[in-house]
Amino acid sequence: MSALRSFRSELIKLRTVRSTWLLALVMLLYVGVSAGGFAAIAGAASDQQNSPFAAGGIDVAPLVYSLATSVGYVFLVLVGALAVTTEFRFQTLTPTLLATPRRASVLVGKLAAGVVVGIVFALVGLVATVGIGGGLLAVFGIDTELGDGDTWALLGRIVLAMVLWSLIGVGLGTLLPNQVVVIVVVLAFTQFIEPILRVASAFADWTAEIGRFLPGAAGDALVGSSLFTSISGGAADPLEQWQGGLVLLGIAAVLTIAGSLTTWRRDVT
Amino acid sequence: MVSGAVIEFSHLTKRFGGVAAVDDLSFRVEPGVVTGFLGPNGAGKTTTLRSLLGLVRPTSGSATFDGRPYAQLADPLRVVGTALEASSFHAGRSARDHLRVAAAAAGLPLASADAALVKVGLDSVARRRVGGFSLGMRQRLGLAFALLGDPGVLVLDEPINGLDPEGIRWIRELLRAYAAEGRTVLVSSHLLSEVQQTVDRAVVIARGRIVYQGDLAAMSAGGGARVRVDAADRPALGAALAGAVVAAGADGFVVTGLEPGEIGLRAHRAGVPLTLLAPERDGLEDVFLHLVGADPAAAHAAGGDAVGPSAHGPGEVRR
Ligand SMILES: Nc1ncnc2c1ncn2[C@@H]1O[C@H](COP(=O)(O)OP(=O)(O)OP(=O)(O)O)[C@@H](O)[C@H]1O
Ligand SMILES: [Mg+2]
Repeated sequence: MSALRSFRSELIKLRTVRSTWLLALVMLLYVGVSAGGFAAIAGAASDQQNSPFAAGGIDVAPLVYSLATSVGYVFLVLVGALAVTTEFRFQTLTPTLLATPRRASVLVGKLAAGVVVGIVFALVGLVATVGIGGGLLAVFGIDTELGDGDTWALLGRIVLAMVLWSLIGVGLGTLLPNQVVVIVVVLAFTQFIEPILRVASAFADWTAEIGRFLPGAAGDALVGSSLFTSISGGAADPLEQWQGGLVLLGIAAVLTIAGSLTTWRRDVT
Repeated sequence: MVSGAVIEFSHLTKRFGGVAAVDDLSFRVEPGVVTGFLGPNGAGKTTTLRSLLGLVRPTSGSATFDGRPYAQLADPLRVVGTALEASSFHAGRSARDHLRVAAAAAGLPLASADAALVKVGLDSVARRRVGGFSLGMRQRLGLAFALLGDPGVLVLDEPINGLDPEGIRWIRELLRAYAAEGRTVLVSSHLLSEVQQTVDRAVVIARGRIVYQGDLAAMSAGGGARVRVDAADRPALGAALAGAVVAAGADGFVVTGLEPGEIGLRAHRAGVPLTLLAPERDGLEDVFLHLVGADPAAAHAAGGDAVGPSAHGPGEVRR
């Protein structure tokens, strides 16, 4: 079964390049600092009378945990995209296609490996948010809510969201095989364009309707808790969790199909 | 026992934009011999091989292994071993990991990666990053990829580039041994001299078209045969040779189309004592250069199965 073999091969590819491990490490640090910092601020403010973090105020723990996705998702998009673009950059597409001539099988293998990457990176993100962030909450005497089934459901949705972000990355890499272009597009969109669009979309009702379907907003909706959403508020209610998930899946599907009909079919010379 | 497959190109054409890189190419590559695929830079060798391997989609025509396109082979790396000229390695991955990636994709045991590295003499650098490899080391790693599945067919694009003399001798012996075992070996080169000692059959292309195919030995036979002849009385000699194709050179005449015996007889009858009568023959390299040169007439003059571009009509398969 060539797709299954391709999946195994893709896992070896991901394991045997530094960029995967480097991105995981940077994500651990970045998400860890964000979660630790936020937990520490909330903890330090929790004993002040009129603080929003005082007992009975904002539910802090889910906000800390969901930083795994709301801060960390960009790393998944990058790992997914790099899994495709490095093949073009180093011309390894030639040996890849010689071993697996059916290009659809290669793509299925990459998507399947993307699922594994999503799960592994989600666990790294949760080590940062639940481990570091949750640990600090406990130090400050704030409820970590880890005894609560809802919290574990949240963690499960975080893993699911990370898997979907990883698939979006694979789809994006298939559509935009130039590594530099894809990195610039991912960083510019996730760190700059989308945050501005999300804030701007809140100013009118009809734009807010559309703004809910932005990828980051949909991801936050799937997870169901996000520091970003609670800060920016918004005129429209966010999507339902399942709707958010479907939007992410839809984006991944559209990108992958568009890529497989264009760049993925090209001559490899 | 591994056995080779017949590679068959049938009216293969590949255009990039308006340019035909490969133009109606038809030939067969048989098992048991080493077939050289020769042509100058830009002749279309790499494009032809990439079309054969499903990496490039032909504009028209087909290329198959025992009648099946590459993409339809169930276990391609076990059937066909390929080394293409581009160094296609992730610079940050070790040689061993590069081959393990391929082994996993091909359903081969991961240990086959180590075995292949031993075969090409890279076992001592197996764990080093490919980014630090020399051209020759990359070339060997490319060959290790080709040998990974112990295939019955080898398709190698300029495998000798960058190899040291020991490496060149090694690969020549490898190709001969593979052919002797009944495998199919197709090896491209832009230098005839590079593969002359290794190749049994040659397919020569220029500007995307076949200009010669047949035994290498037959390529020079009859090709460019001529006689150099001189006498003290050159005008008399010239008169005696009237009717033959004669070119005046610095040291006498160069005659084509007449045997030395016939020339001697004519000179004797005319009473002209010869000071020089020397048959000459083009070297293989000269024939090759004529073949791939701009002059299509040269291709015909070479005899054998030479095919001039204009004589290569659609629908006929030249063998
Ligand atoms: N991707 C491409 N796009 C446009 N033209 C191409 C492409 N690949 C090859 N060509 C053209 O096709 C022709 C044949 O090129 P090819 O690489 O097959 O030649 P070659 O015989 O392998 O040459 P060399 O000995 O230099 O490797 C050349 O004119 C080349 O410019
Ligand atoms: Mg070439």
